[in-house]
Amino acid sequence: MDVPGGVTATPSPQVRAAEVARTSYGRLLALVAAGTRDLALAEDVLADAFERALRTWPETGVPDNPVGWLLTVARNRHRDVLGSAAVRTAAPLAQAPEHAVPADLDPDRIPDKRLELLFVCAHPAIDRAIRTPLMLSTVLGIEAARIAAAFALPTTTVSQRLVRAKRRIRDAGIPFVVPSLGDVPARRDAVLEAVYGAYAIEWQVAGAQERTSLADEARYLAVLLASLLDDAEACGLASLISFAASRARAREVDGRFVPLEEQDPAAWDDGLVADGERLLARATLLRERSGEPIGRFQLEAALQAAHAGRRRTGRVDWDGVLRLTEALVTLAPTAGARVALAAASARVHGPEAGLALLDGDPDPRLPRFQPAWATRARLLADAGRVAHARDAYDRAISLTTEPAVRVFLEERRRALG
Amino acid sequence: MRYALLLHYPEMSAEELGEEALAEGMAAFDAYAKALDAAGVLRSAEVLTPSSTTTTITRATGELLVQDGPFADTKEQLGGIVVIDVPDLDAALAWAEKAPVAEYGHVEIRPSATRFLDGAWTPWTYPGA
Repeated sequence: MDVPGGVTATPSPQVRAAEVARTSYGRLLALVAAGTRDLALAEDVLADAFERALRTWPETGVPDNPVGWLLTVARNRHRDVLGSAAVRTAAPLAQAPEHAVPADLDPDRIPDKRLELLFVCAHPAIDRAIRTPLMLSTVLGIEAARIAAAFALPTTTVSQRLVRAKRRIRDAGIPFVVPSLGDVPARRDAVLEAVYGAYAIEWQVAGAQERTSLADEARYLAVLLASLLDDAEACGLASLISFAASRARAREVDGRFVPLEEQDPAAWDDGLVADGERLLARATLLRERSGEPIGRFQLEAALQAAHAGRRRTGRVDWDGVLRLTEALVTLAPTAGARVALAAASARVHGPEAGLALLDGDPDPRLPRFQPAWATRARLLADAGRVAHARDAYDRAISLTTEPAVRVFLEERRRALG
Repeated sequence: MRYALLLHYPEMSAEELGEEALAEGMAAFDAYAKALDAAGVLRSAEVLTPSSTTTTITRATGELLVQDGPFADTKEQLGGIVVIDVPDLDAALAWAEKAPVAEYGHVEIRPSATRFLDGAWTPWTYPGA
């Protein structure tokens, strides 16, 4: 590592091994596992390789191509393990294990099979609920304990589910391939959903304020997917997550939830906003080039961009927000999107217009959907229907388990007098 | 309305569970109880000892029978009872969904009909009564 001033700082072998692990874990794992589809075995041999690096690098020095070194050691170990298994089953030994470590393996020529790995994790034969943890575990090398903490699940539960899923990949013979063109849209959407799942991990345990957030890792996965797939929706998703991440600090102040339009734009992260805008522009370019219709994540990213625009213009373009939300509801009519439409419509056409949309919604789950009540309460208050607004706030509060949101709603309720 | 959240889950000994999982489970339940308390909806929370310690008695056959063990020997056993006071079933469901037990067992949400308080039964709210 060159440091300005001509002084060369050499990081310790431990530091280098940790660095390589962080940046190359998924690449190495995908490569080692691709042939046998045995992720658990690949994890073991990779762990051996890292352990050996920590043992030998302090004596031999860090190799010029540490990733190539690790790959070679892991592959040799892999071959040893498979070879000895073959001996035990009395099958003829295919070839003698090699231990030589060529130092000339060109890092730029090491193929990147992480996209294949992402498609494996989100394969239709893998239970939807384990896809996101599987990606976090294999592509990023995050330990089961941290994943468990983020999902508010016991570590043993997550470990068992991961082991089962990895066994299934091996035993069912799920191939490490990027699906052929005909299968791409559905398979791609499954990958996008699973990456989105890492960001949108639902708040599952009441009061667990110290719960580990995987928001940074989710963003890393989304940006990685966007760069590997270079597809409009993948860029849309990475943009959406970047915008959302830019507001992490502004979302809650002193234990009180702050709604988007009341957040202080100065508290947003400039770099992440810029990333969001860049990725959205890329998505737009790719969509225009491919002629594909706009997707859900691009629409959500465009909505985020419209809100982010307030930082420059001082106001939200509500007409634009309404148009985008209408398009989103047409494409993905989730309860959340329909409630957002009512809120946007109220901004443009007045609170009664929003209330009419909520009243006319036939979804039987809406009466126990917290965001529907929080929005209704606000629109009733805006319309001057104070008594009804109070009732709606009470209902919204009763459905809210998140402390910061409760504080916010209780404040609003009190402000009505 | 008062609701009892009856927590049913597979029983495991501390050894089977392991120290780490046990500590995690306790921390999760602690966070849950504190959140209920902070929201002002918690009335009581009881964590029960394993069903191997339970004793069941009956006079249903005319004589007193004392049975060593639970009334019903099922895979999942009642392991805890949380009583909450919330406006309606939807609010009770919102909290029940957050119970750590929901991830690996079952949470039964049962409205309370009445309870004995300060020397008298509170008004009876049995459905259809």
